[in-house]
Amino acid sequence: MSGALWAVLRRDLLLALRQRGDVVNVLLFFFVVVTMVPLGVGPERTVLRMIGAGTVWVAALLASILSLPRMFAQDHADGSLEQLLLSGQPATVVVIGKILAHWLVTGAPITLAAVPIALMFDLDAGSTRTLAAALALGTPALSLLGAIGAALTLGLRGAGVLVTLLVLPLTVPVLIFGAGAVDAVAGGLSPAADLLLLGALSLGSAALAPWAIAAALRISLE
Amino acid sequence: MAGRPEVTERDGSAPRLQAHDLECVRGERSLFHGLALELAAGQCLHVAGENGAGKTSLLRILAGLLAPEQGGVRWRGVPIERAREEYGAELAFVGHLNGIKDDLSVLENVQLAAALRGGDAGADAARAALRTMALEDFAGSLARQLSQGQKRRVALTRLCADPAPALWILDEPFNALDAASVLALRALIDAHLERGGIVVLTAHQQIELPAAARRLALVAAVEP
Repeated sequence: MSGALWAVLRRDLLLALRQRGDVVNVLLFFFVVVTMVPLGVGPERTVLRMIGAGTVWVAALLASILSLPRMFAQDHADGSLEQLLLSGQPATVVVIGKILAHWLVTGAPITLAAVPIALMFDLDAGSTRTLAAALALGTPALSLLGAIGAALTLGLRGAGVLVTLLVLPLTVPVLIFGAGAVDAVAGGLSPAADLLLLGALSLGSAALAPWAIAAALRISLE
Repeated sequence: MAGRPEVTERDGSAPRLQAHDLECVRGERSLFHGLALELAAGQCLHVAGENGAGKTSLLRILAGLLAPEQGGVRWRGVPIERAREEYGAELAFVGHLNGIKDDLSVLENVQLAAALRGGDAGADAARAALRTMALEDFAGSLARQLSQGQKRRVALTRLCADPAPALWILDEPFNALDAASVLALRALIDAHLERGGIVVLTAHQQIELPAAARRLALVAAVEP
Protein backbone atom coordinates (compact mmCIF):
# COMPACT_ATOMS: atom_id res chain seq x y z
CA MET A 1 0.00 0.00 0.00
CA SER A 2 2.84 2.39 0.85
CA GLY A 3 4.37 1.23 -2.42
CA ALA A 4 1.31 2.54 -4.25
CA LEU A 5 1.46 5.84 -2.36
CA TRP A 6 5.09 6.21 -3.35
CA ALA A 7 4.32 5.27 -6.97
CA VAL A 8 1.56 7.89 -7.28
CA LEU A 9 3.69 10.54 -5.57
CA ARG A 10 6.65 9.80 -7.83
CA ARG A 11 4.44 9.84 -10.90
CA ASP A 12 2.86 13.20 -10.10
CA LEU A 13 6.14 14.83 -9.13
CA LEU A 14 7.73 13.57 -12.34
CA LEU A 15 4.81 14.99 -14.32
CA ALA A 16 5.11 18.30 -12.47
CA LEU A 17 8.79 18.36 -13.40
CA ARG A 18 7.98 17.71 -17.06
CA GLN A 19 5.25 20.37 -17.04
CA ARG A 20 7.16 22.77 -14.85
CA GLY A 21 5.75 25.77 -16.74
CA ASP A 22 2.38 25.15 -15.08
CA VAL A 23 3.94 24.90 -11.65
CA VAL A 24 6.11 27.99 -12.05
CA ASN A 25 3.13 29.99 -13.32
CA VAL A 26 1.22 29.32 -10.12
CA LEU A 27 4.13 30.57 -8.02
CA LEU A 28 4.53 33.62 -10.24
CA PHE A 29 0.82 34.30 -9.82
CA PHE A 30 1.25 34.18 -6.04
CA PHE A 31 4.18 36.54 -6.23
CA VAL A 32 2.47 39.01 -8.57
CA VAL A 33 -0.74 39.18 -6.51
CA VAL A 34 1.22 39.85 -3.33
CA THR A 35 3.28 42.53 -5.05
CA MET A 36 0.22 44.32 -6.43
CA VAL A 37 -1.27 45.01 -3.00
CA PRO A 38 1.45 47.38 -1.69
CA LEU A 39 1.29 49.19 -5.01
CA GLY A 40 -2.43 49.64 -4.51
CA VAL A 41 -2.57 50.67 -0.84
CA GLY A 42 0.58 52.80 -0.82
CA PRO A 43 3.87 52.55 1.06
CA GLU A 44 2.62 53.43 4.56
CA ARG A 45 4.53 51.01 6.82
CA THR A 46 1.96 50.60 9.55
CA VAL A 47 -0.71 49.79 6.97
CA LEU A 48 1.52 47.28 5.19
CA ARG A 49 2.41 45.59 8.49
CA MET A 50 -1.26 45.33 9.32
CA ILE A 51 -2.38 43.79 6.02
CA GLY A 52 0.76 41.73 5.26
CA ALA A 53 -0.30 38.37 6.67
CA GLY A 54 -3.83 38.63 5.31
CA THR A 55 -2.57 39.48 1.85
CA VAL A 56 -0.16 36.57 1.77
CA TRP A 57 -2.90 34.21 2.88
CA VAL A 58 -5.41 35.40 0.30
CA ALA A 59 -2.79 35.12 -2.44
CA ALA A 60 -1.81 31.63 -1.25
CA LEU A 61 -5.47 30.64 -1.32
CA LEU A 62 -5.96 31.92 -4.87
CA ALA A 63 -2.72 30.35 -6.11
CA SER A 64 -3.69 27.03 -4.56
CA ILE A 65 -7.10 27.13 -6.26
CA LEU A 66 -5.55 28.14 -9.56
CA SER A 67 -3.45 24.97 -9.50
CA LEU A 68 -6.37 22.65 -8.72
CA PRO A 69 -7.24 21.72 -12.32
CA ARG A 70 -3.82 20.06 -12.54
CA MET A 71 -4.76 17.61 -9.82
CA PHE A 72 -7.33 15.39 -11.57
CA ALA A 73 -8.48 17.01 -14.83
CA GLN A 74 -5.59 15.87 -17.02
CA ASP A 75 -5.73 12.35 -15.62
CA HIS A 76 -9.45 12.33 -16.28
CA ALA A 77 -9.05 13.50 -19.86
CA ASP A 78 -6.41 10.95 -20.86
CA GLY A 79 -7.97 7.99 -19.07
CA SER A 80 -5.22 7.48 -16.52
CA LEU A 81 -7.60 8.35 -13.70
CA GLU A 82 -9.72 5.26 -14.42
CA GLN A 83 -6.52 3.21 -14.56
CA LEU A 84 -5.46 4.61 -11.18
CA LEU A 85 -8.82 3.65 -9.67
CA LEU A 86 -8.72 0.18 -11.26
CA SER A 87 -5.14 -0.51 -10.22
CA GLY A 88 -6.14 -2.66 -7.27
CA GLN A 89 -4.97 -0.04 -4.79
CA PRO A 90 -7.33 1.67 -2.35
CA ALA A 91 -8.64 4.83 -4.01
CA THR A 92 -7.90 6.77 -0.83
CA VAL A 93 -4.21 5.89 -1.07
CA VAL A 94 -4.09 7.09 -4.68
CA VAL A 95 -5.86 10.30 -3.65
CA ILE A 96 -3.51 10.92 -0.72
CA GLY A 97 -0.51 10.48 -3.02
CA LYS A 98 -1.89 13.01 -5.49
CA ILE A 99 -2.68 15.55 -2.76
CA LEU A 100 0.77 15.15 -1.25
CA ALA A 101 2.30 15.81 -4.66
CA HIS A 102 0.05 18.85 -5.12
CA TRP A 103 1.13 20.26 -1.75
CA LEU A 104 4.79 19.68 -2.51
CA VAL A 105 4.60 21.69 -5.73
CA THR A 106 2.29 24.49 -4.47
CA GLY A 107 1.89 24.71 -0.68
CA ALA A 108 5.53 24.01 0.16
CA PRO A 109 7.09 26.54 -2.27
CA ILE A 110 4.49 29.16 -1.26
CA THR A 111 5.48 28.67 2.37
CA LEU A 112 9.14 29.22 1.48
CA ALA A 113 8.38 32.19 -0.76
CA ALA A 114 6.43 33.86 2.07
CA VAL A 115 9.67 34.54 3.97
CA PRO A 116 11.18 37.03 1.48
CA ILE A 117 7.70 38.40 0.77
CA ALA A 118 7.25 39.20 4.47
CA LEU A 119 10.11 41.70 4.06
CA MET A 120 8.03 43.60 1.51
CA PHE A 121 5.40 44.15 4.21
CA ASP A 122 7.97 45.10 6.82
CA LEU A 123 7.02 42.19 9.07
CA ASP A 124 9.45 41.64 11.96
CA ALA A 125 11.30 38.35 12.49
CA GLY A 126 8.75 36.98 14.92
CA SER A 127 5.82 37.68 12.63
CA THR A 128 7.67 36.21 9.64
CA ARG A 129 8.41 33.00 11.52
CA THR A 130 4.79 32.74 12.58
CA LEU A 131 3.57 33.41 9.05
CA ALA A 132 5.78 30.64 7.66
CA ALA A 133 4.68 28.25 10.41
CA ALA A 134 1.03 29.10 9.80
CA LEU A 135 1.41 28.53 6.05
CA ALA A 136 3.21 25.23 6.61
CA LEU A 137 0.37 24.08 8.89
CA GLY A 138 -2.50 25.53 6.88
CA THR A 139 -1.63 24.97 3.22
CA PRO A 140 -2.15 21.16 3.48
CA ALA A 141 -5.77 21.95 4.37
CA LEU A 142 -6.00 24.12 1.23
CA SER A 143 -4.77 21.22 -0.94
CA LEU A 144 -7.13 18.76 0.76
CA LEU A 145 -10.24 20.96 0.61
CA GLY A 146 -9.37 22.04 -2.91
CA ALA A 147 -9.10 18.43 -4.01
CA ILE A 148 -12.71 17.84 -2.93
CA GLY A 149 -13.82 20.68 -5.18
CA ALA A 150 -11.60 19.53 -8.04
CA ALA A 151 -12.99 16.00 -7.82
CA LEU A 152 -16.60 17.17 -7.64
CA THR A 153 -16.31 19.46 -10.67
CA LEU A 154 -14.35 17.01 -12.81
CA GLY A 155 -15.47 17.00 -16.42
CA LEU A 156 -18.00 19.80 -15.94
CA ARG A 157 -18.23 22.82 -18.18
CA GLY A 158 -16.98 25.97 -16.43
CA ALA A 159 -15.29 23.86 -13.79
CA GLY A 160 -12.72 26.58 -13.06
CA VAL A 161 -15.21 29.13 -11.73
CA LEU A 162 -17.34 26.49 -10.06
CA VAL A 163 -14.42 25.05 -8.13
CA THR A 164 -13.52 28.52 -6.88
CA LEU A 165 -17.06 29.12 -5.65
CA LEU A 166 -17.13 25.70 -3.98
CA VAL A 167 -13.76 25.79 -2.30
CA LEU A 168 -13.32 29.42 -1.20
CA PRO A 169 -16.07 29.34 1.46
CA LEU A 170 -14.65 26.09 2.85
CA THR A 171 -11.25 27.68 3.34
CA VAL A 172 -12.50 30.64 5.39
CA PRO A 173 -11.43 29.13 8.75
CA VAL A 174 -7.92 28.50 7.40
CA LEU A 175 -7.72 32.11 6.29
CA ILE A 176 -8.99 33.46 9.63
CA PHE A 177 -6.66 31.45 11.85
CA GLY A 178 -3.74 31.82 9.45
CA ALA A 179 -3.89 35.59 9.49
CA GLY A 180 -4.90 35.55 13.16
CA ALA A 181 -1.67 33.83 14.19
CA VAL A 182 0.41 36.68 12.79
CA ASP A 183 -1.90 39.31 14.29
CA ALA A 184 -1.50 37.66 17.68
CA VAL A 185 2.30 37.92 17.49
CA ALA A 186 2.07 41.54 16.37
CA GLY A 187 -0.18 42.25 19.35
CA GLY A 188 2.27 40.62 21.75
CA LEU A 189 0.20 37.48 22.30
CA SER A 190 1.05 33.83 21.75
CA PRO A 191 0.09 32.46 18.30
CA ALA A 192 -0.15 28.94 19.73
CA ALA A 193 -3.95 28.78 19.72
CA ASP A 194 -4.22 29.82 16.06
CA LEU A 195 -1.41 27.51 14.97
CA LEU A 196 -2.92 24.57 16.84
CA LEU A 197 -6.28 25.22 15.21
CA LEU A 198 -4.63 25.37 11.78
CA GLY A 199 -2.94 22.05 12.43
CA ALA A 200 -6.24 20.63 13.59
CA LEU A 201 -7.94 21.83 10.40
CA SER A 202 -5.28 20.15 8.26
CA LEU A 203 -5.37 16.92 10.23
CA GLY A 204 -9.15 16.88 10.29
CA SER A 205 -9.40 17.34 6.55
CA ALA A 206 -6.63 14.78 6.00
CA ALA A 207 -8.72 12.28 7.94
CA LEU A 208 -11.99 12.93 6.12
CA ALA A 209 -11.26 14.43 2.69
CA PRO A 210 -9.67 11.35 0.98
CA TRP A 211 -12.89 9.36 1.36
CA ALA A 212 -15.02 12.19 0.03
CA ILE A 213 -12.61 12.69 -2.88
CA ALA A 214 -12.51 9.00 -3.76
CA ALA A 215 -16.32 8.90 -3.82
CA ALA A 216 -16.48 12.07 -5.93
CA LEU A 217 -13.97 10.65 -8.41
CA ARG A 218 -16.01 7.48 -8.84
CA ILE A 219 -19.11 9.52 -9.54
CA SER A 220 -17.36 11.73 -12.07
CA LEU A 221 -16.06 8.69 -13.98
CA GLU A 222 -19.57 7.42 -14.64
CA MET B 1 4.22 -16.39 -23.75
CA ALA B 2 5.45 -19.87 -22.82
CA GLY B 3 6.33 -20.40 -19.20
CA ARG B 4 3.62 -18.07 -17.93
CA PRO B 5 1.96 -19.53 -14.87
CA GLU B 6 -1.63 -20.58 -15.03
CA VAL B 7 -4.10 -18.01 -13.82
CA THR B 8 -4.08 -18.92 -10.17
CA GLU B 9 -6.99 -20.11 -8.19
CA ARG B 10 -7.63 -17.94 -5.17
CA ASP B 11 -9.48 -19.08 -2.07
CA GLY B 12 -10.14 -22.31 -3.93
CA SER B 13 -12.41 -20.50 -6.39
CA ALA B 14 -11.76 -20.53 -10.11
CA PRO B 15 -11.98 -17.19 -11.92
CA ARG B 16 -15.58 -16.56 -12.78
CA LEU B 17 -17.34 -13.40 -13.90
CA GLN B 18 -21.06 -13.24 -13.36
CA ALA B 19 -23.57 -10.51 -14.00
CA HIS B 20 -27.25 -10.71 -13.32
CA ASP B 21 -30.25 -8.61 -14.25
CA LEU B 22 -28.12 -5.69 -15.47
CA GLU B 23 -29.92 -2.56 -16.49
CA CYS B 24 -28.10 0.43 -17.91
CA VAL B 25 -29.72 3.84 -18.30
CA ARG B 26 -27.88 6.67 -20.00
CA GLY B 27 -29.71 9.94 -19.86
CA GLU B 28 -33.35 9.13 -20.46
CA ARG B 29 -32.70 5.99 -22.48
CA SER B 30 -32.55 2.47 -21.16
CA LEU B 31 -29.77 0.81 -23.16
CA PHE B 32 -30.42 -2.72 -21.96
CA HIS B 33 -32.14 -4.46 -19.10
CA GLY B 34 -32.39 -7.93 -17.70
CA LEU B 35 -28.95 -8.77 -19.07
CA ALA B 36 -27.23 -11.72 -17.47
CA LEU B 37 -23.95 -13.38 -18.32
CA GLU B 38 -21.49 -15.83 -16.86
CA LEU B 39 -17.94 -16.45 -17.94
CA ALA B 40 -15.71 -19.17 -16.57
CA ALA B 41 -11.97 -19.76 -16.90
CA GLY B 42 -10.77 -19.85 -20.51
CA GLN B 43 -13.86 -18.18 -21.96
CA CYS B 44 -14.03 -15.18 -24.22
CA LEU B 45 -17.02 -12.91 -24.75
CA HIS B 46 -17.31 -10.77 -27.84
CA VAL B 47 -19.81 -7.96 -27.25
CA ALA B 48 -21.21 -6.87 -30.59
CA GLY B 49 -23.77 -4.32 -31.58
CA GLU B 50 -24.26 -1.11 -33.48
CA ASN B 51 -23.17 2.34 -32.29
CA GLY B 52 -25.04 3.41 -29.22
CA ALA B 53 -26.21 -0.09 -28.34
CA GLY B 54 -24.39 0.07 -25.01
CA LYS B 55 -21.24 -1.96 -25.63
CA THR B 56 -18.93 0.47 -23.88
CA SER B 57 -21.42 0.99 -21.06
CA LEU B 58 -21.62 -2.77 -20.51
CA LEU B 59 -17.83 -3.05 -20.40
CA ARG B 60 -17.58 -0.14 -17.96
CA ILE B 61 -20.22 -1.75 -15.76
CA LEU B 62 -18.29 -5.02 -15.80
CA ALA B 63 -15.11 -3.14 -14.89
CA GLY B 64 -16.85 -1.39 -12.01
CA LEU B 65 -16.45 2.10 -13.48
CA LEU B 66 -20.15 2.56 -14.03
CA ALA B 67 -22.85 1.61 -11.57
CA PRO B 68 -25.70 -0.27 -13.23
CA GLU B 69 -29.20 1.02 -12.67
CA GLN B 70 -30.11 -2.46 -11.51
CA GLY B 71 -28.43 -5.77 -10.98
CA GLY B 72 -24.81 -6.43 -10.14
CA VAL B 73 -21.53 -7.97 -11.19
CA ARG B 74 -19.74 -10.68 -9.26
CA TRP B 75 -16.13 -11.77 -9.50
CA ARG B 76 -15.32 -15.16 -7.97
CA GLY B 77 -18.76 -14.97 -6.41
CA VAL B 78 -18.18 -11.65 -4.62
CA PRO B 79 -19.96 -8.44 -5.69
CA ILE B 80 -17.23 -6.28 -7.24
CA GLU B 81 -18.18 -3.12 -5.34
CA ARG B 82 -17.48 -4.99 -2.10
CA ALA B 83 -13.98 -6.06 -3.12
CA ARG B 84 -12.76 -3.27 -5.38
CA GLU B 85 -9.07 -3.67 -4.59
CA GLU B 86 -9.02 -7.45 -5.03
CA TYR B 87 -10.99 -7.12 -8.26
CA GLY B 88 -8.77 -4.34 -9.60
CA ALA B 89 -5.66 -6.39 -8.91
CA GLU B 90 -6.98 -9.16 -11.18
CA LEU B 91 -8.37 -6.88 -13.88
CA ALA B 92 -6.73 -5.39 -16.94
CA PHE B 93 -8.97 -2.74 -18.49
CA VAL B 94 -8.19 -1.05 -21.79
CA GLY B 95 -10.88 1.46 -22.59
CA HIS B 96 -11.39 4.02 -25.33
CA LEU B 97 -8.82 6.23 -23.62
CA ASN B 98 -5.36 4.77 -23.48
CA GLY B 99 -4.64 5.98 -19.96
CA ILE B 100 -1.00 6.75 -20.62
CA LYS B 101 0.72 10.02 -19.78
CA ASP B 102 1.98 12.02 -22.75
CA ASP B 103 4.73 13.64 -20.73
CA LEU B 104 6.27 10.40 -19.54
CA SER B 105 8.43 8.15 -21.64
CA VAL B 106 7.07 4.83 -22.84
CA LEU B 107 9.27 2.97 -20.37
CA GLU B 108 8.22 5.23 -17.49
CA ASN B 109 4.57 4.69 -18.35
CA VAL B 110 4.97 0.91 -18.22
CA GLN B 111 7.09 0.99 -15.07
CA LEU B 112 4.68 3.27 -13.22
CA ALA B 113 1.74 1.06 -14.15
CA ALA B 114 3.64 -1.94 -12.81
CA ALA B 115 4.64 -0.13 -9.61
CA LEU B 116 1.05 0.87 -9.01
CA ARG B 117 -0.11 -2.73 -9.35
CA GLY B 118 2.54 -3.76 -6.86
CA GLY B 119 4.33 -5.82 -9.49
CA ASP B 120 7.92 -5.81 -10.69
CA ALA B 121 8.61 -2.16 -11.58
CA GLY B 122 12.14 -2.82 -12.78
CA ALA B 123 13.32 -1.74 -16.21
CA ASP B 124 13.85 -5.35 -17.33
CA ALA B 125 10.28 -6.41 -16.66
CA ALA B 126 9.01 -3.27 -18.40
CA ARG B 127 11.22 -3.92 -21.44
CA ALA B 128 9.94 -7.48 -21.64
CA ALA B 129 6.38 -6.15 -21.72
CA LEU B 130 7.34 -3.64 -24.42
CA ARG B 131 8.87 -6.42 -26.51
CA THR B 132 5.57 -8.30 -26.72
CA MET B 133 4.06 -5.22 -28.34
CA ALA B 134 7.17 -4.56 -30.50
CA LEU B 135 7.81 -1.25 -28.75
CA GLU B 136 11.32 -1.80 -27.39
CA ASP B 137 12.80 0.72 -29.83
CA PHE B 138 10.54 3.44 -28.44
CA ALA B 139 11.26 2.81 -24.75
CA GLY B 140 12.93 6.19 -24.29
CA SER B 141 10.54 8.29 -26.39
CA LEU B 142 7.96 10.51 -24.76
CA ALA B 143 4.51 9.05 -25.27
CA ARG B 144 3.36 12.29 -26.94
CA GLN B 145 5.74 11.58 -29.82
CA LEU B 146 4.05 8.26 -30.65
CA SER B 147 1.36 7.64 -33.22
CA GLN B 148 -2.18 6.63 -32.20
CA GLY B 149 -1.46 2.98 -32.92
CA GLN B 150 1.75 3.02 -30.94
CA LYS B 151 0.00 4.64 -27.98
CA ARG B 152 -2.62 1.92 -28.16
CA ARG B 153 0.16 -0.66 -28.02
CA VAL B 154 1.62 1.02 -24.92
CA ALA B 155 -1.82 0.74 -23.28
CA LEU B 156 -1.98 -2.92 -24.29
CA THR B 157 1.29 -3.70 -22.49
CA ARG B 158 -0.86 -3.68 -19.35
CA LEU B 159 -2.01 -7.15 -20.48
CA CYS B 160 1.54 -8.40 -19.98
CA ALA B 161 1.65 -7.26 -16.34
CA ASP B 162 3.18 -9.61 -13.86
CA PRO B 163 1.36 -11.17 -12.03
CA ALA B 164 -0.93 -11.63 -15.01
CA PRO B 165 -4.42 -10.19 -14.47
CA ALA B 166 -7.01 -12.96 -14.83
CA LEU B 167 -9.74 -10.85 -16.43
CA TRP B 168 -9.19 -8.68 -19.49
CA ILE B 169 -11.84 -6.15 -20.43
CA LEU B 170 -10.90 -4.62 -23.77
CA ASP B 171 -12.95 -1.92 -25.47
CA GLU B 172 -12.07 -1.83 -29.17
CA PRO B 173 -8.52 -3.05 -28.51
CA PHE B 174 -7.79 -3.46 -32.23
CA ASN B 175 -8.49 0.20 -33.00
CA ALA B 176 -5.60 1.96 -34.75
CA LEU B 177 -3.44 -1.19 -34.67
CA ASP B 178 -1.49 -2.28 -37.76
CA ALA B 179 -1.76 -5.82 -39.12
CA ALA B 180 1.26 -7.15 -37.24
CA SER B 181 0.01 -5.74 -33.94
CA VAL B 182 -3.44 -7.19 -34.51
CA LEU B 183 -1.84 -10.62 -34.87
CA ALA B 184 0.31 -10.06 -31.77
CA LEU B 185 -2.75 -9.09 -29.73
CA ARG B 186 -4.67 -12.09 -31.09
CA ALA B 187 -1.81 -14.32 -29.95
CA LEU B 188 -1.83 -12.71 -26.50
CA ILE B 189 -5.58 -13.27 -26.18
CA ASP B 190 -5.28 -16.91 -27.28
CA ALA B 191 -2.46 -17.55 -24.82
CA HIS B 192 -4.45 -15.86 -22.06
CA LEU B 193 -7.51 -18.01 -22.71
CA GLU B 194 -5.34 -21.11 -22.77
CA ARG B 195 -3.93 -20.18 -19.36
CA GLY B 196 -7.46 -20.08 -18.00
CA GLY B 197 -7.99 -16.35 -18.22
CA ILE B 198 -11.21 -14.58 -19.17
CA VAL B 199 -11.55 -11.98 -21.93
CA VAL B 200 -14.44 -9.61 -22.64
CA LEU B 201 -13.97 -7.46 -25.72
CA THR B 202 -15.67 -5.39 -28.34
CA ALA B 203 -14.35 -5.17 -31.89
CA HIS B 204 -15.78 -3.33 -34.83
CA GLN B 205 -13.37 -4.55 -37.45
CA GLN B 206 -13.75 -7.94 -39.05
CA ILE B 207 -11.23 -9.64 -36.85
CA GLU B 208 -11.03 -13.35 -36.56
CA LEU B 209 -11.67 -13.97 -32.89
CA PRO B 210 -10.88 -17.15 -30.99
CA ALA B 211 -13.14 -19.91 -32.19
CA ALA B 212 -14.46 -20.43 -28.68
CA ALA B 213 -15.48 -16.80 -28.33
CA ARG B 214 -19.10 -16.40 -27.46
CA ARG B 215 -20.94 -13.53 -29.03
CA LEU B 216 -23.30 -11.19 -27.21
CA ALA B 217 -25.21 -8.98 -29.58
CA LEU B 218 -26.65 -5.81 -28.09
CA VAL B 219 -29.47 -4.24 -30.03
CA ALA B 220 -29.94 -0.51 -29.94
CA ALA B 221 -32.98 0.35 -27.88
CA VAL B 222 -35.88 1.67 -29.90
CA GLU B 223 -37.76 4.59 -28.43
CA PRO B 224 -41.19 3.37 -27.32
